Amino acid sequence: MSTTFWIIVAGAVATYLTRIGGHLILSRFETIHPRVEAGLNAVPAAVLTTLVAPAVLTAGPAEWAALAVTALASLRGGLMTMFLAGAAALILCRQFVS
Amino acid sequence: MASDAVMETSPAGEFWQGVRLSIPVVVAAGPFAMLFGALAVDNGFSVFEAFLMSAAVFGGASQMVGIELFGHHVAPWLIVLSIFAVNFRHVLYSAAIGRQLAHWPLAQQAIGYFLLTDPQYAIAESRAQAGRKVGFVWYMGAALAVYVFWVLLTVLGAFFGRLIPDTAAVGIDFLLPIYFLGLVMEFRKRPLWLPIVLVSAATSILAYKFVGSPWHVTLGALGGVVLAVVLPPHRSGVGERP
Repeated sequence: MSTTFWIIVAGAVATYLTRIGGHLILSRFETIHPRVEAGLNAVPAAVLTTLVAPAVLTAGPAEWAALAVTALASLRGGLMTMFLAGAAALILCRQFVS
Repeated sequence: MASDAVMETSPAGEFWQGVRLSIPVVVAAGPFAMLFGALAVDNGFSVFEAFLMSAAVFGGASQMVGIELFGHHVAPWLIVLSIFAVNFRHVLYSAAIGRQLAHWPLAQQAIGYFLLTDPQYAIAESRAQAGRKVGFVWYMGAALAVYVFWVLLTVLGAFFGRLIPDTAAVGIDFLLPIYFLGLVMEFRKRPLWLPIVLVSAATSILAYKFVGSPWHVTLGALGGVVLAVVLPPHRSGVGERP
């Protein structure tokens, strides 16, 4: 089997561990410490931010405009509205800025 | 209503009730499955490998990160670690929803946790909050609809992606940061959201420059998490236990 195959299998096992792990660990305790709970609550925003920030740094004006439109669209609509508005802005801006 | 009463008791009714609840998720996630298929092939995956990843991992953001790093020829163990890091948030879902699934037989629990995505967690949690039982058949109705379309549309995108000659011309190369920013904004009502985002952004940019990819994901995320742990609990919206 190829390396790619084993990357996918290992990635699937790692993902399954995250999906069942929280239950397996927590079922051993009666209560969670508030600070641990606060840390867990921070995880989604923290992880997802790291996937955007470096890309912002290396991008140009067209990409920045698209991200600004995405952030503005988030005040009105859901994920799909944000995504479509950002993508439309990106394609439009790239016609004028390269 | 009489029809609702029937659906409460019949397993087929429960199943389709779950399917109906997940239709918005199918519509919202569908384009991302196709996008993943197209990007996977663009980054050197075969159509079968794109299919296998969607079927076995079943986690949009982590799959996107995985193929992005694969395209940059990052070491395999680092790709797997990054998938783990991006999916780490599921530990929270798993911990929170565990009590609702505890009455299922173990084999059913094992399957249920495999399908525990962000939207699945959200609708299961809201059903429990409404005081209704989170049954296995209902849960599978909601989860399988998303799963089947996620895998099918990945394959469709993988075939269609080969027909797109220049991904930069139609903007596909920068769609991921836009998608991830959209997800960041989804969590903006949470306590400490802005400080966490700012600290994670700064930490990840520093890590990206001085340590390198993909460690900026783990290190950047740790920056935001440590901030939330260190600040007094009342600032994080988590009260001390009485």
